Amino acid sequence: MEDKKDIMQIIADANKSVTTGIDSADIEHWVWIHIMGRAYQVPAGLTIMQAMEYAGYKFITSAGCRAGFCGACATMYRKEGEYKLQTAMACQTRVEDGMFLVQIPFAPAQEATYDITKEPYAASTLLEHYPEIARCVACNTCTKACPQDLEVMDYIQDALRGDYKKVAERSFDCIQCGLCAVRCPAEITQFNVGMLARRMYGRYGMTEPEYAKARLTELDQGKYDKEFKKLLAADVEELKKRYAAREREAD
Amino acid sequence: MPTNTVITAANEAFLRRINELSGEKVTRCEQCGICSAGCPLVAEMDRTPAEMMRMVQLGDEDIAKSKTIWICASCFTCTVKCPRGLDPSKVAEALRQLNLRKAVDYIDLMNIPKEEMEILPQIALVSAFRKLTG
Amino acid sequence: MKIPYYPGCSLKTSAKNLEVSALAAAEKLGIEMVEMPRWNCCGTVFSLTSDDLMHHVASVRNLVRVQEMSENGSVDTTNKMVTLCSMCFNTMKSAAKRVRENAEDLVKINSFMDTEPDYNGNVQVLHLLEIIRDMGFDKVSAKVTRPLEGLKIAPYYGCMLIRPKEIGIDDPEDPTIGAQLFKALGAEIVDNPFKKVCCGAYHTVHNKDTVIELAHDILTHAQEEGGEAISTSCPLCAFNLDNRQKEIKEKYLKFKEMPVFYFSQLMTLAFGLGEDACMFEANYVDPRPLLKSKNLL
Repeated sequence: MEDKKDIMQIIADANKSVTTGIDSADIEHWVWIHIMGRAYQVPAGLTIMQAMEYAGYKFITSAGCRAGFCGACATMYRKEGEYKLQTAMACQTRVEDGMFLVQIPFAPAQEATYDITKEPYAASTLLEHYPEIARCVACNTCTKACPQDLEVMDYIQDALRGDYKKVAERSFDCIQCGLCAVRCPAEITQFNVGMLARRMYGRYGMTEPEYAKARLTELDQGKYDKEFKKLLAADVEELKKRYAAREREAD
Repeated sequence: MPTNTVITAANEAFLRRINELSGEKVTRCEQCGICSAGCPLVAEMDRTPAEMMRMVQLGDEDIAKSKTIWICASCFTCTVKCPRGLDPSKVAEALRQLNLRKAVDYIDLMNIPKEEMEILPQIALVSAFRKLTG
Repeated sequence: MKIPYYPGCSLKTSAKNLEVSALAAAEKLGIEMVEMPRWNCCGTVFSLTSDDLMHHVASVRNLVRVQEMSENGSVDTTNKMVTLCSMCFNTMKSAAKRVRENAEDLVKINSFMDTEPDYNGNVQVLHLLEIIRDMGFDKVSAKVTRPLEGLKIAPYYGCMLIRPKEIGIDDPEDPTIGAQLFKALGAEIVDNPFKKVCCGAYHTVHNKDTVIELAHDILTHAQEEGGEAISTSCPLCAFNLDNRQKEIKEKYLKFKEMPVFYFSQLMTLAFGLGEDACMFEANYVDPRPLLKSKNLL
């Protein structure tokens, strides 16, 4: 417990240093990192993104939501004494001593153009737009590169055999960071393949749920018009109160 | 057929490279021609399989630019028939790899006609891309 | 027998008729083929260069799946697997042989696949036809309820089932395994001199003319010998011999269409397992008129 408290304190201190410009003399724990080949000493416990900002870098790209959802801050690194080339989202991963870091602001890739209403729901559609999936050597590098821990290689294999459902399920949490694509020896753009497969599955593979259909009918019939009017007329305080008291599904 | 009688160091290096990549001792070929006689695709080739073996023996790098190496579909007919126990299909593969390892593609996989992509089985695409793209 | 089964990509799409019929036929013979979990594409062609291990990783990864199935008891065979597609069979058997005989290659692949359990090098890759032969063709005959009487079949073997010698399941110069099987089903066998000539394989992607020529030769030679239909065990041969008849007809006006069966479709037919198990509707050249004319449907 004592340890945990210390760590939390370190993190809090470090974050404060970034946001408030606390005197570095007050920071107790430091790590050495390398950003694009240059060494910097930064407070321990910062995220990679915070550490880079502390070091003086300003993100004009390669940063977005800062919450692990947008996929903009793809990062690659090696650690001193290790041969593994690792990947991370800069906003979600804390710096560690001896990291050699580089940002991957963009994975060079062209997204196929298609009219989803005209594409046949067959294996050939994925192969036609992304024929390179047939070059997959099942090396599994993409899976190892995925910061979302998706089974990327498996969904590319599913794509090759036209199993849209499995691709959609396995790639659902993809944040399009592109790290799979930059590591792929077969030059596949996995994240785009997953996107097309999910769109196809959403349109042709999933059955429209009954409850959604019923709710749409209710909306058309004006069942909620009165409630909507009340909400639109409510002031900010009232909205805040109602937001806090709203019913939610379990996370 | 090449007629060079002087084998240069470059010729020898080429022969060694192909021996190494293919795992075959190409110099063991006696030029009987059975590989060419049995090859179902020989009519499409600009060099017969036996010529390919001879050119490698002589270290003639032009064979790596031939049509032959791309026509060979690794059907192993020559492999089964060679009286010297050689495998010309491995030699053709080594020659293809010399090209493909420079990130050269022999086919344009982005421009296969749509109507073909709709019917071609995966087995055709995977094997074509393995053999013909780098 | 309960054995791990590796389908391969095409068997889930263009060659669904091979999978459906083979699973039904095998079941009738007491062979339960259990699809392996998380299988990946075998690579379809075995890389032939001495230093190229990367292209064997895919096959070895599948062999790890077999090993796991043997260990966790989801099958009753040990370190054995069955395939239906000739190319998958050839690729995986070649990869299994390479890592079995080259300890150094096995170590390299195992250390590369650091997220998988180590492969032990012991898996035996089998083709369903081999398993049936080893059971004995008399066991096949015993299950026949509708002998294929009067049907003249020209078995076609192609390349990957019989070559190279150390991988093939039969005599590479004179294979007979198909003929023996169809004889056991009551069919008449026609020997096609082109039974082991390459169909042009993946040239069908970029060099269709070559495939048209080869397929035309293979089919017309079978017809000249009196064959009414041809058989295969490979989805790529099937595509080239069956679907490419469209182009053959355009080029050779005298050419007459000829049905191309998967070996397993003839088994389900002779075993009387019903048309659903034969999936003839998935064949490009519809074999049903021929079968009706022989009173087999």
